Amino acid sequence: MKEYLVLRVITKLLLPFILLFGLYVQFHGDFGPGGGFQAGVIFAAGFVLYSLVYGVAAAQKVLPTGILRAGLAGGVLIYALVGVANLILGANYLEYTPLADTMKEGQHLGIFLVELGVGLTVASVMMTVYFTFATWRED
Amino acid sequence: MLLAHLPALVIVIPLICAPLCVLLRGKDWAFIVALLATWASFACSVLLTIQVMKVGTISYAMGGWAPPYGIEIRLDALNVFILLIVSGIGSVVAPYARNSLLLEHIEERAYMFYCAYLLCLCGLMGVAVTGDAFNLFVFLEISSLSSYVLIALGSDRRALTAAYQYLVMGTIGATFIVIAVGLLYQATGTLNMADIANRLPEAGYTNRTVIAAFAFMVIGAGLKIAIFPLHQWLPNAYTYAPNIVSAFLAATATKVSVYILLRFVFSVFGVEFSFVSLPTAIPLLVLAVLAMFLPSIVACFQTNVKRVLAYSSVAQIGYMVLGLGFVSVAGLTASILHLFNHALMKGALFLVLGAVFYRIGSCNIDRMAGLAKQMPWTMAAFVGGGLSLIGVPLTAGFISKWYLILAALEKGWWYIVVLIVVSSLIAVVYVFRVIEAAYFRDAPDDLVNVAEAPISLLAPAWILVFANFYFGVETSISVGIAERAAQSLMGAG
Repeated sequence: MKEYLVLRVITKLLLPFILLFGLYVQFHGDFGPGGGFQAGVIFAAGFVLYSLVYGVAAAQKVLPTGILRAGLAGGVLIYALVGVANLILGANYLEYTPLADTMKEGQHLGIFLVELGVGLTVASVMMTVYFTFATWRED
Repeated sequence: MLLAHLPALVIVIPLICAPLCVLLRGKDWAFIVALLATWASFACSVLLTIQVMKVGTISYAMGGWAPPYGIEIRLDALNVFILLIVSGIGSVVAPYARNSLLLEHIEERAYMFYCAYLLCLCGLMGVAVTGDAFNLFVFLEISSLSSYVLIALGSDRRALTAAYQYLVMGTIGATFIVIAVGLLYQATGTLNMADIANRLPEAGYTNRTVIAAFAFMVIGAGLKIAIFPLHQWLPNAYTYAPNIVSAFLAATATKVSVYILLRFVFSVFGVEFSFVSLPTAIPLLVLAVLAMFLPSIVACFQTNVKRVLAYSSVAQIGYMVLGLGFVSVAGLTASILHLFNHALMKGALFLVLGAVFYRIGSCNIDRMAGLAKQMPWTMAAFVGGGLSLIGVPLTAGFISKWYLILAALEKGWWYIVVLIVVSSLIAVVYVFRVIEAAYFRDAPDDLVNVAEAPISLLAPAWILVFANFYFGVETSISVGIAERAAQSLMGAG
């Protein structure tokens, strides 16, 4: 799509806002509607838009397979390990209370970390699925 | 301290190790992680079984939220028995993965196989431990999605269509289950299974929402179990999946689905609703008897031995459903016992076929002709597993059929006894076809110099064959747990 100047400029203009909105949904998920899943999808949508306009190769330069794979696995690992951290601190699995001094802070921190893992995995999965289909015929 | 958290750890260990396999990437590292995770889960399961046998039901509040509001892990005799089956088979099968041809076929991405395998294990055990109806659906999906991936890894291109077929049927089944859970939630306002059971009488047994939920649940679980007319996905999936995956799934996946049916029909809906106010027993019995015969007869005409075993699995599921349809403690004991024994025999037989495939690259009955001379240990293991499948005395298969016959006699249904014996005779036919080919025919010319399978493949198969004979003689463990599980299921109604 090299010739569509408007699309290229608008995409560049929109991209930071899409990513910022993704981060907003991620970190504001415990106060308002949102959370890791939605944020991950929005975040990935930004990259999908970029790759639609600038080409898959350009997008894969930003997000190489190795990083995506690490994100895929890392997100699940964050989720599971936050649970284990609670076990070590003497509470039940995924019981966030002992993560901080007060129960409220603990719960807040716990859900924050867990949702971070969710967002990371969802964004990586979305991009992996997209790249898999987008590069299907280039093999 | 850690002992109190075992109910969570048993599923958390494979869940943590699955992404670890992906991060470590190396074939050997992934193998070691997967092996240790499976063994650790098995150790947890054994400890949990001992604990449940000593103190009774264990309840664990996930995230510290008290049930029925939070997700509860609830373990009674039935749950731990299923846990033992799944993690036990996993522990035997996992070391087999390293040498089976599968990993050479996907050399570069071997770690992905271990990741999918661990997720499947985690999902199957999650279904077995959870006390929350929706959580059960989530774990079921984890196990199903990863099993579609595992089946699609088969070297035959038809594995892809088989996996897709399973995906379509499995998704319909899972959707029916989640619809049932949704309807139950609407009728009772709770998702905790024990709580649903308490509140259902309040909602009323003639409540159409509850009846619809029941219908969706039975059909949905039936699809996953592959009860006779809903079994179309199973033969292809088991035939074209990699051998190790066939062994693992045949021994665990349908068993866990049978558990879902048992749990919902007996514990959640209750005997009163399921069998007294609704006529569930007769259709189940009819389907079970059809399943005992028709797929067995089809199995006799297959040329691929994996397909023979797959059809035989459908037939064996008939026995489990038959015991369930008796609606008695004896019948349920037989059913639950057969879950365990069938896992042993089918696991053993599929592992043997994996060893055969490793050497001759085929599981075709004509290619296996005369194989007993070149691979005596492999074929001896097949005979051992086959005897158990038929139900010869001193094997595990005999024990489950014996209890099934006792349950039928208790009801006074002697014609069912005749049917059980006759259907076992059909099993003799399809098992003996393989044995006849391997022992009494001459090998094809190009397969005269075949070596015995490596020890790393033979050992797991023989462990399971040995277990078949061990649990055919020493029944106090398997029958003891099965009886307790059956009593608690009937008592809950």
